[in-house]
Amino acid sequence: MARRARLVGQGVAVGLVALLFILLAWSLLTDEGGTLAKKANRGERPAAPDFTLERLDETGELELSSLKGKAVVVNFWASWCIPCKEEAPFLEELWRENRNRDLVVLGLDSKDFRADALRFVDRFGLTFPLVYDGPGDEASSFGVTGFPETFVVDREGKVVAAFKGGVDGEDVRPELLEAIDEALET
Amino acid sequence: MIRSAALALLVGALAAGPAFAAPPNAADLEAELVCPVCETTLDQSNAPVAERMKTFIRLRIAAGDSEQEIKDELVAQFGPEVLAEPPGGGFGLLAWLLPLSALFGGAVVVALLVRRWSRRGPPSEPPARDRLDPELERLVDDELARFDG
Repeated sequence: MARRARLVGQGVAVGLVALLFILLAWSLLTDEGGTLAKKANRGERPAAPDFTLERLDETGELELSSLKGKAVVVNFWASWCIPCKEEAPFLEELWRENRNRDLVVLGLDSKDFRADALRFVDRFGLTFPLVYDGPGDEASSFGVTGFPETFVVDREGKVVAAFKGGVDGEDVRPELLEAIDEALET
Repeated sequence: MIRSAALALLVGALAAGPAFAAPPNAADLEAELVCPVCETTLDQSNAPVAERMKTFIRLRIAAGDSEQEIKDELVAQFGPEVLAEPPGGGFGLLAWLLPLSALFGGAVVVALLVRRWSRRGPPSEPPARDRLDPELERLVDDELARFDG
């Protein structure tokens, strides 16, 4: 009887270890780190995760899905991030030049002090809509791995392209503008 | 009269106690808070946001904030993940309860095993083949008696 119980116990222990190995292998095989960006850049057009966040530039909240019907450039930034400072004037210019084409530039300030973010907005004279994602929850749901990171979302709420790092560089701008045109065409 | 004055002073000092509490220590707070980007404690991180948080802590200490007020403000800005130790309520309670229950479970298992082992009777007599032949045993006894005598 005791021998049987011991055998059963050993079987359960071996089974648990095997299960843990299977889980580990599965997570290693399926983890794509920044999945949304990878899918978008493979041309799969995944749906952009919806969110409702407090406005940074004014009172109230903003829901991403409320912008359906327009193309949206979702830009994750933080006031302490140096490339974010470099690309901020370009994003403002992009917003001013394309807002009449149904394009919205939407800034998500993430992992940041609200007061620092407001100083950043003043310093660069940003007028495009801004929301506050202090704890970085939405940055996580978009699979953001660093700042800045930019997602181009089409009129139907699908991600057309994703850009890690600043989008103001001469080499990136054409790709971004092409993705925006594609998002506006849907 | 003197006794009442001393009593009044003592009561006054006790009531004013918190006002004279030592200010929080920046190094202690940096060890108890996590950088939201690199996810190590602030004292282990030199990420820009961690440096900014360290400056914030020093400014708030200088402004007279308590340790709890500083932590509350950082949680309001960055969420509860900035606390190196999970909060004692809600889901964070699990982080405290699980290791304690594992410890308790281990102690119960050890106690049961000790009890089981202690219930086993005294060691049984050695098998017959390990015992001396009666004739040989008698000879050994005689020799020992002679040796002692």
